[in-house]
Amino acid sequence: MQLYLPIAEVSVNAFLLLGAGGIVGFLSGMFGVGGGFLITPLLFFLGIPPAIAVATGANQVVASSVSGVLAQLRRKAVDFRMGGILLAGGVAGSGLGIWVFALLKAMGQVDLFVQLSYVLFLGLVGALMLNESLRTLLRSRNPNAPIRRAHVHTWVHRLPFKMKFRASGLYISVLPPLGVGAFVGFLAAVMGVGGGFIMVPAMIYLLGMPTKVVIGTSLFQIIFVTAFTTVMHAVTSQTVDMMLALILIFGGVVGAQIGARVGVRLRADQLRILLALLVLAVSFKIALDLLLTPGETYSIVAGRLP
Amino acid sequence: MTILRALLALLLSVLPATAEQIVLGLSEYRVSITADFDGSEILVYGAVKRQEPIPAGPPLQVVVTVEGPSTPLTVWRKDRRWGIWVNSAAVTIDRAPSFYAIATTGPLREVLSETEDLRHRISITRVIRAVGIAAQADDSPAFVNALQRIRIQEKRFVLKERSVALSDQTLFRTDIELPAALTEGDYRVRVFLTRDGRVLDKLERSIFVRKEGLERFFFRLAHDQPLVYGLLSLFVAVVAGWLASAAFRLLRN
Repeated sequence: MQLYLPIAEVSVNAFLLLGAGGIVGFLSGMFGVGGGFLITPLLFFLGIPPAIAVATGANQVVASSVSGVLAQLRRKAVDFRMGGILLAGGVAGSGLGIWVFALLKAMGQVDLFVQLSYVLFLGLVGALMLNESLRTLLRSRNPNAPIRRAHVHTWVHRLPFKMKFRASGLYISVLPPLGVGAFVGFLAAVMGVGGGFIMVPAMIYLLGMPTKVVIGTSLFQIIFVTAFTTVMHAVTSQTVDMMLALILIFGGVVGAQIGARVGVRLRADQLRILLALLVLAVSFKIALDLLLTPGETYSIVAGRLP
Repeated sequence: MTILRALLALLLSVLPATAEQIVLGLSEYRVSITADFDGSEILVYGAVKRQEPIPAGPPLQVVVTVEGPSTPLTVWRKDRRWGIWVNSAAVTIDRAPSFYAIATTGPLREVLSETEDLRHRISITRVIRAVGIAAQADDSPAFVNALQRIRIQEKRFVLKERSVALSDQTLFRTDIELPAALTEGDYRVRVFLTRDGRVLDKLERSIFVRKEGLERFFFRLAHDQPLVYGLLSLFVAVVAGWLASAAFRLLRN
């Protein structure tokens, strides 16, 4: 069944979109990530214009994060104070990101910038995650290996403006969370992602937050950052396609619930290795597109050069 | 009575003194883009009206064009820089139609002379207005060629020679396919009668292509009330997320 998307002005197979939303939802439910880093490239691949894919991707992440955070709230695994600080940084970063996005769009380099961000950040996070989880796996097989300290004091803990975060059991400066929030907000705006794949490792390794509150808190602040991004994209460039978002959300929420069920049956360390491989595969695919000679070196964009 | 006669005389003097004239019909004058829009087909049919017998000499030919709304475009060329492919040069095209189809009774070059093509802007090359592009990039004609090549590949520019059926040099008909990825606007339908490459008569009609229903609502809201639209899409996302979580909790219990 073909469906005409009113904002993207293309006609796409509705079942293909539902399937894409479902697969991404399945993976995000299984691994506990937003899935924005998968949906946006998938939409490029299905022929949705990049600007629409990024803005609509952000809208879809709002829905999946709301669904996820409700589950975490019931487990009391959300640090609202930390979330608020991250959010303050996130909104500033997102605003900057929207501005950069519009600037790059005018320069004709937005596709390149989005692709490079994907290659760089997915590659980096994927490699770190793979390294970490392989080491954990090896350590679990070797009982004599040295035990790592859970909490290491670094330069992060010597910064001013300290604040107590009771749910996380932390007393640290507000500057690192603000910075992390701003950085992730920026990525959310230019990549159409929630930024969970950067936020989660940053919270664990940089801020030293306990793992049990990390996912809930990250989802909590991602809701607001992607909500802000969605509205900003809608206002500045009219690139949010509600019809597209609805189908992706529907496929996504169903997929996420099934994924979560499957994820429970798999072991955590194996899950992490799978997720790392998936992230690396996406990064590799986008890198190939940049490196290989394209079939068509010309492209057409509506409107004049400014 | 004298006034009527004078009017008639005036009318006759204004009317072109062509011996062969087009009478035209379209299967549709309005195309609605709804959610399940999957392209459309327009039947263009008509007849040649004449007061005298069919003139001797080269046979009558018919050219039908359908043209979507024109907009300015920018064509980018990628080049390899630091090992990766980067957009490096751009040419702005003043006006190019979002859709353009030509159907003819024979090979376009035989049906239409170069001068008539230039005057009426009929072929794909002529319908693209690329003025003053030479200064924008080296080898700027390559950009216009690329625009044509990509649009032809996307089936947005279509040249179908010999697809107009003409019987007894009098009745003609052709089907023009409108693609699924259609933009809103007034689509101009032109029909030319030619003989020996010269245009004898031409006629123009419009087809109104409009988004309808939900499509129209979303599109108008997104452009007229972007803030309301943004907030609405947020609301929908939040409600969908909450509903999903609630529904599956119910299912589990």
